[in-house]
Amino acid sequence: MLQIVVTLAIYMALVIPVGIYMYHIAAKKKTFADPVFNRVDNGIYKLCRINREGMNWKQYALHLLMTNAVMVFAGYLILRLQGLLFLNPNGIEGMESTLSFNTIISFMTNTNLQHYSGESGLSYLSQTLVIIFMMFTSAASGYAACMAFSRGFAGGRKDVGNFYEDMIRITTRILIPVSIIGGLLLIWQGVPENFIPNLTIETIEGKFQDLAMGPVAALEIIKHLGTNGGGFFGANSTTPFENPTILSDMIELYSMMLLPGACVITFGKMIHAKKQKEKNKNATMAVAKKAVFGSQGRTIFAAMAVLFLVGLTICFVSESAGNPILEQAGLNQDMGSMEGKEVRFGIAQSALFTTTTTSFTTGTVNNMHDTLTPLGGMVPLLHMMLNCVFGGKGVGLMNMIMYVILAVFLCGLMIGRTPEYLGKKIEGREMKLAALVLIVHPLLILGFSALAVVTSAGLEGITNPGFHGLTQVLYEYSSSAANNGSGFEGLADNTYFWNITAGLAMFFGRYIAIVAQLAIAGSMLAKRKMNETIGTLRTDNTIFVLILVFVVYIFAALTFFPALALGPIAEHLTLWMS
Amino acid sequence: MSKKNTRTKFITKDILRSSVKGAFWKLSPKYMMKNPVMFVVEIGFFITVFLTIAPGIFGGDSNRIYNGLVALILFITVLFANFAESVAEGRGKAQADSLKKTKKDTKAHLLMKNGEEKEINASELKKGDIVIVRINEVIPNDGEVIEGVASVDESAITGESAPVTREAGGDFSSVTGGTTVVSDWLKIRITSEPGKSFLDKMIALVEGASRQKTPNEIALNTLLVGLTIIFLIVAVTLYCFADYSGVAIPVATMIALLVCLIPTTIGGLLSAIGIAGMDRVTRFNVIAMSGKAVEACGDVDTMILDKTGTITYGNRLAADFIPVKGKSKEDLVDYSVMTSLCDGTPEGKSVVELGNAEGTRIVPEAASQMQFIEFTAQTKMSGVDLKDGTEIRKGAYDAIKNYVVDNGGEVPKDLEGIITKISGLGGTPLVVCVDNVIYGVIYLKDTVKPGLVERFERLREIGIKTIMCTGDNPLTAATIAKEAGVDGFIAECKPEDKIKEIKKEQSEGKIVAMTGDGTNDAPALAQADVGLAMNSGTSAAKEAANMVDLDSDPTKILEVVEIGKQLLITRGSLTTFSVANDVAKYFAIIPAMFTMVLPQMNILNIMNLQTPSSAILSALIFNAIIIPCLIPIAMKGVKYKPMRSEKMLLKNMGIYGAGGIIVPFIGIKIIDMIVAPLLGIIGL
Repeated sequence: MLQIVVTLAIYMALVIPVGIYMYHIAAKKKTFADPVFNRVDNGIYKLCRINREGMNWKQYALHLLMTNAVMVFAGYLILRLQGLLFLNPNGIEGMESTLSFNTIISFMTNTNLQHYSGESGLSYLSQTLVIIFMMFTSAASGYAACMAFSRGFAGGRKDVGNFYEDMIRITTRILIPVSIIGGLLLIWQGVPENFIPNLTIETIEGKFQDLAMGPVAALEIIKHLGTNGGGFFGANSTTPFENPTILSDMIELYSMMLLPGACVITFGKMIHAKKQKEKNKNATMAVAKKAVFGSQGRTIFAAMAVLFLVGLTICFVSESAGNPILEQAGLNQDMGSMEGKEVRFGIAQSALFTTTTTSFTTGTVNNMHDTLTPLGGMVPLLHMMLNCVFGGKGVGLMNMIMYVILAVFLCGLMIGRTPEYLGKKIEGREMKLAALVLIVHPLLILGFSALAVVTSAGLEGITNPGFHGLTQVLYEYSSSAANNGSGFEGLADNTYFWNITAGLAMFFGRYIAIVAQLAIAGSMLAKRKMNETIGTLRTDNTIFVLILVFVVYIFAALTFFPALALGPIAEHLTLWMS
Repeated sequence: MSKKNTRTKFITKDILRSSVKGAFWKLSPKYMMKNPVMFVVEIGFFITVFLTIAPGIFGGDSNRIYNGLVALILFITVLFANFAESVAEGRGKAQADSLKKTKKDTKAHLLMKNGEEKEINASELKKGDIVIVRINEVIPNDGEVIEGVASVDESAITGESAPVTREAGGDFSSVTGGTTVVSDWLKIRITSEPGKSFLDKMIALVEGASRQKTPNEIALNTLLVGLTIIFLIVAVTLYCFADYSGVAIPVATMIALLVCLIPTTIGGLLSAIGIAGMDRVTRFNVIAMSGKAVEACGDVDTMILDKTGTITYGNRLAADFIPVKGKSKEDLVDYSVMTSLCDGTPEGKSVVELGNAEGTRIVPEAASQMQFIEFTAQTKMSGVDLKDGTEIRKGAYDAIKNYVVDNGGEVPKDLEGIITKISGLGGTPLVVCVDNVIYGVIYLKDTVKPGLVERFERLREIGIKTIMCTGDNPLTAATIAKEAGVDGFIAECKPEDKIKEIKKEQSEGKIVAMTGDGTNDAPALAQADVGLAMNSGTSAAKEAANMVDLDSDPTKILEVVEIGKQLLITRGSLTTFSVANDVAKYFAIIPAMFTMVLPQMNILNIMNLQTPSSAILSALIFNAIIIPCLIPIAMKGVKYKPMRSEKMLLKNMGIYGAGGIIVPFIGIKIIDMIVAPLLGIIGL
């Protein structure tokens, strides 16, 4: 318990300065590192002949999609042809077409769902040029979309920013420098970083074992920092080569929590700065009020934190309770359910990592989620279904704002005003787009899951019968649609059916949402700002935090409760009540 | 002011009869399509009817009686929703019918170009035609008086029985079709096309025929459709998941689940709420030109109010007696009262009233002993002559001064000072003299209507700013503004100042409401987000405004704003209630579906419902009867009292959010206790 509290306290201390730094990057304010980075960036702008004019939401979305599309095609080619290309000391063959489709979508959409095993399925060239490259660019794309979105909501300008500028600034100013430092720390902890072929070693038992090698540390750090989650090896962060010590575990934990939280702070500060500017315009004396969070950002951060802590508590308690059937069989469960967990992490760090990786939609794992207790496993599943508990880089905030729109709509009416958020009216168009985002997510998860359980191609992949099998299926598509990428594992998923359906879930889960959300930001930006009085609904106080949490739970519960009842809840009941 | 309509029962026998008929008429799928939520229910009804006729149509065998019961409940659900809408429309129709009675086919005397008169039907009149209307004739269409002065009985439209004067030129030149000339004659230029008169518009509006969905209704409808789609996905996929888990769920049960989850409560009541909101405004004798205008009322940030008529009575009333040096106040009070005993003007009456309050020794009977001298424009004074020849006068300062001096009296030295002081405060001084001796001054001032101060206070609490417009000088304006407690004022206000102020407020993102009557107000009324024109005003003002007050009482804007807010609150509260209901329905239906295969699932049956089919039917019955139970709230609107937004949010969330979660648990349990034994009898 104490270690969880301490870990989260340190997180709070870290996320605030990073959030402020990120705000300075997004708003092009001065930072200490400008002298270096301005030169680097200017070089890139010149080299790529980037037009740095502001874009409207349509242009922004189009440039984002086109840039992503180019990367998808290039990456697909490399995966297919990796057998013929260089940097392939282990002689790995080209990847099969549906698996390549799944993999490339998976990495471009920041999902990192892996239907392959890195050590046997990818050459070092693919690992670096496709996997690591996309881990940077997909994270930067999500961040860029979020910044454009925040600018739209903050208002006070005509455009939502320049996509290329956003993408480059975040990459050079945060992703690359932090990755270098974090990567070196991981190497210090024992994570390998080389291009040598796999080693074959004679063990003390006299048997031979292959030790997988490669540029692991470089991938490992951006995998977390960019909330990507795709492991270098099949076993992801459970293996000592990816995550050797409790220290490396903490580095990975913090690096995945850092930027999604920082995005919320950036959002809050943008809104705050705009408001301050308006106030100063009216007041004769310009008083700059400093704010750590910005009150609007604080509400959203608090609501996310409440959801996170509730999930974490459920996961921790049910994992600590252990498995009653094993207890009856005479296995001591005092340590909790240690099946599938690493002894060096224990229950607390495993529960924390599990909740974090699915809340912040990273998808990396330091224990096997398939072996979590039913309710312990329901938490990661639920958080991917919610997809707004901090969420992936940037997109989590955008998803949460969809729930905010919903909450504001109901609350606004209930105080007798037509609903507004941040001074802009929520009308038919915004509602239509928000409803679209809220429909797509369950449609992908439940729709594909239903397809899987009624088709033989889908049923073949289910390795566990009964309720647990349904949980596996739900998990796979939740992970895909939420662009999380963690695997429940235990699913025989490298088949045409699973590769294609999961690929589609990832694709639509990412791009429909982003485009619709940018459209909302664009329409909010174009709206006339309303005056704020004491009669206006306040969205920056405790009441609203609670209402927001309720709205998220009620909507998610109403949507996913029947499926969860037949999956983890039924499993839990059979486990504990028979 | 007519209150005759405001206190009627919300449902009468006539309305009930027509509503029941309407509920069946609206079952037509073509009509139902407009309401996607209820349309889904209707489709569910058709499917279950099929299943009742052919239970095996989707494979497997399902219980015919059970299917039939589900079909029946779904049918009733749709009927209830249609009924709610019909009731709302019925209330409007009842009012429209009484209006239609006034719209008899009247004859008009068309004045031809050559000066001849020709009798034609009113419906043949075109815009620009000139007609002549004589005593006891009905004015054939809306128009402008171009010649003549006459009393017009407008009770058909306003409910006000006292006739009003209409004359050519100025602010009283507009006449409305359907009203009757009760004295003299009028020459009128027709200003509206046939079928588009004010009366026609009013009938269409209260009937709901020209009702368009408001932006907020569209947004809410989108949300409801979104929820319906989500629950459609949930229900269809659950069928597959259950199948995978080895549970065969009857199709009728799936439909029951779907109908319970989709927001039928608000879906069934949404249009009724909108119509009822308009209707509440109408009952207030205010005609709203669109639902959008009523909605905008809820958002008003600033109200621009005319001083005269809205904030004050417009008449100057006695506020104080100020004696000059050397004269006692008692004497002044007595003489003042004496001059006013026979004075029927509001000023005179108020002097007597104030005198009584000050304890005058003069009794009303004394009037018979005096001869009353009326006010004329020449003398600028009024008063009484006593039997002993004493002349008591009150009047304007100059008039009395001359009168006293002419009669050989002296003007007290401090009089000028008193006069200046009163004028400075925005008051009117009336000097009182007896023969050639000046006793003092009656301080007349504009009086703020009672209750307004508290009302402005309440408005401030909910964030609405009030600005007073007046033609008075800044000093006078400031005095009244302070007294009334408005937040700001514009003194020496010209019509273009109003527009300027409205535009300024709007540029700050504020929603502005204003009232007006004169032609000069028309542009400002058009510029304002909510413009309430007085029916007594010019037709230009009425055209420009989005609401017309038939009683011509400008204070009503305050109530209209509250009605607008109430409309939005009702909508939000019932939506929240409807969505919150789903929690309990899940706890009824999910265990009922799965306990057969997974007995442990019964732990979720926290209501301890007796049998699975009773649980499902109880939830479905609850879902149906909650609609008529909420019709009164939808019609009357939820209670609204101005309070801080946070407090109001907590209150409504408590009642409709938390209540929405708890009520169905109790309701479903009670229904189950009744239904389960009945189902046992028929073997379910």
